[in-house]
Amino acid sequence: MLKINDLHAKVEDKDILKGINLEVNAGEVHAIMGPNGSGKSTLAAVIAGKEEFEVTQGSVVLDGEDLEDAAPEERAHKGVFLSFQYPVEIPGVSVTNFMKTAINESRKARGLEDMPANEMLKLIREKSEMLEIDRKFLSRSLNEGFSGGEKKRNEIFQMAMLEPKLAILDETDSGLDIDALRIVANGVNKLKSKENAVIVITHYQRLLEYIVPDFVHVLHDGKIVKSGGKELALELEEKGYDWIKNEAVV
Amino acid sequence: MDLKDKLIASFMAFENNVDIDHPVHDVRSEAMKNFETKGFPSKKEEAWKYTSLNKLQKIDFSIFPKEENALEYKDVKKYFLHEIDTYKIVFIDGIYSSFLSETTHDGVDICLMSSALTKPMYKQVIDVYFNKVASKEESLTTLNTAFSREGAYIYIPKNKMPKKPVEIIHFSTGNEASLLVQPRNLIIAEENAELQVIERHQSLTSNEVLTNSVTEIFAAKNAIVDYYKVQNDVSTASLIDNTYIDQKDTSVVKVHTFSFGGKLTRNNLNFYQNGQHIDSTMKGVTILGEKQHVDHHTLVHHIEPNCESHQDYKGIYGENSTGVFNGKIIVDKIAQKTNAFQQNNNILISDKATINTKPQLEIFADDVKCSHGCTIGQLDEDALFYLQSRGIPKKEARALLMYAFANNVLESVRIPELKTRINKLIATKLGVRLGFDL
Ligand SMILES: Nc1ncnc2c1ncn2[C@@H]1O[C@H](COP(=O)(O)OP(=O)(O)OP(=O)(O)O)[C@@H](O)[C@H]1O
Ligand SMILES: [Mg+2]
Repeated sequence: MLKINDLHAKVEDKDILKGINLEVNAGEVHAIMGPNGSGKSTLAAVIAGKEEFEVTQGSVVLDGEDLEDAAPEERAHKGVFLSFQYPVEIPGVSVTNFMKTAINESRKARGLEDMPANEMLKLIREKSEMLEIDRKFLSRSLNEGFSGGEKKRNEIFQMAMLEPKLAILDETDSGLDIDALRIVANGVNKLKSKENAVIVITHYQRLLEYIVPDFVHVLHDGKIVKSGGKELALELEEKGYDWIKNEAVV
Repeated sequence: MDLKDKLIASFMAFENNVDIDHPVHDVRSEAMKNFETKGFPSKKEEAWKYTSLNKLQKIDFSIFPKEENALEYKDVKKYFLHEIDTYKIVFIDGIYSSFLSETTHDGVDICLMSSALTKPMYKQVIDVYFNKVASKEESLTTLNTAFSREGAYIYIPKNKMPKKPVEIIHFSTGNEASLLVQPRNLIIAEENAELQVIERHQSLTSNEVLTNSVTEIFAAKNAIVDYYKVQNDVSTASLIDNTYIDQKDTSVVKVHTFSFGGKLTRNNLNFYQNGQHIDSTMKGVTILGEKQHVDHHTLVHHIEPNCESHQDYKGIYGENSTGVFNGKIIVDKIAQKTNAFQQNNNILISDKATINTKPQLEIFADDVKCSHGCTIGQLDEDALFYLQSRGIPKKEARALLMYAFANNVLESVRIPELKTRINKLIATKLGVRLGFDL
């Protein structure tokens, strides 16, 4: 589904991604771990098409199609979804209106009519119940004044509404309390299928107990320096990153 | 002949048509003297630094319309807030249209200035209020005073509230190649009275129109007045709006100004707080393109203690448009415990658009809360990316962000149908297809 080949990216003359190779197939869950500042969020943003980052070498290919020229919205229409590490506050647009706009724009891109209002309402009700989100919450301005955990839960609500093919969850676990973590992880698991894939960026093993990865990758200084199965996450939790950094230098 | 000379000459003709023995005419003559001395304001004056009237003065405006003109309601229906029932005071080329109007004398007076200025039954009110808060120095105001004859007259007695909002609409038909109109409105809400007014100027052709309007609003103790100005005129229509508001104890006056069109628009909005525990609110949404120009000059004079004022102006400037915001707040020495807030936020969406924004604070009391802030910016790139990453195309995402930026000014609009209208106007102006109902 997703093939990243020798990807290099920079921002303001600073090289951040320095040759990333990653292949994600339908039905798989990949976890990306790595020290602060290693480039995890940058990788996620580059996949989602953030123009601020300049791809200097390599490619991101989705279902055989090079995404180089695709705008962020086009990537979204192709099924890419990014749950932001820091969701942006948008005063003046309610969560509901935002979702209606997003869904109808995606439908328009696929040549479909707007979703009928009653269908939309049903969908919103179903997904907000799944994530145990209070309806009142949905009429508030998007992310404005939301607590850290509320923002993350709202990201997964959006994911549930949009049903992406490839979901990238950037530290969705940070800020969530124990119960919320379980609810959000369950939500993600319910959306999992053989047709879609998830990339989970996290610092902690705990989320991976709920969303069990098929592969774990360690990103260090803009490169994937180690890959393994889910046991790698446990090993990292125990030993930290130093041994991998040393290995990488060797 | 330049416009000033033409106006001076026309004043004599004007005098043939009004009762020069009426005391109001002394007021007119005084005002004319002031205008003769001062003439039109020039860019040399600080208050007119960014707005030039030079080009307008070169146009050969007709000072009086030649003849009465009729309009079919169906042709102009869309300019009315026809979703709800309203009182209507309608003028066509400056002349009252009884056909399009719906006035009343049922417990309240919602009618014409020409009656109020001539009929004996209004004399007492006119003596007390006419030209009492309007400036006797500012030249354009005095020009209007000199020619004051027609406009809206609204008198709401103590404890009364009209059954429905009042619409004041001025149409110009293009019957003249270029027309100057000078409406004069007097609005009085007595103790505990309440009133909602919507004012609109609409030119129906591309002939030049210049409107120099003066509105005096008096809000007595506990009165509540909501005034909405809808400025969405064609690109050959210019408007100079001079509004003066006198407030007494615990009154609440809110003026919303929606500036979406016109060629040159100058809003002089002046609040005088002559009492305590007064609330004065000024809100504005300005969305401009082409070569449009809007200049908001606000003044709040805190004369007594324990009052509040709130100003929130949002502007979005595209293409070659230009904007000005100058917000003056005066807090007199005795006006302790004043709360005065002022906010002016702007987004420039074109390299060629400009905005000049300036707060002007003159605070002589020491126990006051005063805050002001102006920002000029572009759209937030992170917010844009966030919306795009959810499948909203860049153009729509930009429009949605601008819409959201302007939208919160509307929270205080208390006529839901008007709010919906303005929301839609904002959406149309920004070229946004909102994926949701308003
Ligand atoms: N816009 C930017 N301008 C300059 N430097 C940037 C920019 N964005 C990211 N960086 C830098 O790129 C590096 C990688 O950042 P990134 O956010 O991808 O790290 P991360 O792995 O997600 O870290 P964390 O675990 O703390 O979230 C950091 O050193 C960061 O400071
Ligand atoms: Mg990060």
